[in-house]
Amino acid sequence: MISLTYYLALAGIVFGIALFGVVLNRKNVIVLLMCVELMLLAVNINFVAFAQFLHIQAGEMFVFFILAVAAAESAIALAILVLFYRQKQSINVDDMSSLKG
Amino acid sequence: MKALPIPEIIAVIASLGLVVSSLMVTVMRNPVRSVLSLVLCFLFTTVLWLLLQAEFLSLVLIFVYIGAVMTLFMFVVMMLHVDRKMLTEKFVSYLPLGIVLLLVFVGIVGYALHGHHFPHVTRSLPHFPDHYNNTQVLGTHLYTQYVLPFEIASIILLVAILAAISLVFQGREPGTKAQRVKKQLQATKKNRLVIMDIKSEKP
Repeated sequence: MISLTYYLALAGIVFGIALFGVVLNRKNVIVLLMCVELMLLAVNINFVAFAQFLHIQAGEMFVFFILAVAAAESAIALAILVLFYRQKQSINVDDMSSLKG
Repeated sequence: MKALPIPEIIAVIASLGLVVSSLMVTVMRNPVRSVLSLVLCFLFTTVLWLLLQAEFLSLVLIFVYIGAVMTLFMFVVMMLHVDRKMLTEKFVSYLPLGIVLLLVFVGIVGYALHGHHFPHVTRSLPHFPDHYNNTQVLGTHLYTQYVLPFEIASIILLVAILAAISLVFQGREPGTKAQRVKKQLQATKKNRLVIMDIKSEKP
């Protein structure tokens, strides 16, 4: 029987890989956003596992709302990214330094 | 002979696939491949959630995430012409820091999940009866106890739609053949219809 710990460890590993990706990908904001999505996915795995093992339905509701907010977030982030690309012709993180004093 | 533990085998395969494809998301140099491996991640997660008896959420993950959000990502990747040579430089210099962070994080998680820190691990997954309906249970909760957050989520989605459109939309360029409702409504018979006199002739 698969235990709760198994799912929690899996979610931890996926979150760690996403963190690794955020550190690694300094050239491409799209991959950065995808790593953030991966982090949200890891958190959602935690929520679903806890909800099912502890018999609390509220966890599944949280996953539902996280999905809604993540969809909104990625839509706005990609819109901002398209605007940035129109101005600078690149999606490099290092080019996003206009506010530097 | 003992029967094969099919759910456990499926879960192990799906979680291995999840870890491998999430690594592929981070390491792939081509953004299109990253998007496709993220889709693979979501598919494996769907399998895991189905094994956890969360059917509705796993289907929502396929419909909303793979169907909508990942398609959006794919559109943006296709829309922006990114120089691939520029993307590969400076890749290695962050690698040690990334690996250290990964190891530290996984170590913290492993320490936290260790036996006596974590009293709930002995619980087992409940076996729901055949007439149990995951969608119905979620819907009952959503429309009674969580009505207000549900409506707030819908407003957030509406705001996101408006924000995305108003950020990216630049107004119509002249010369494009878009529909212009105001002009259409102002048109009258006089400026569309011409009656010509044509002399009838014998063939």
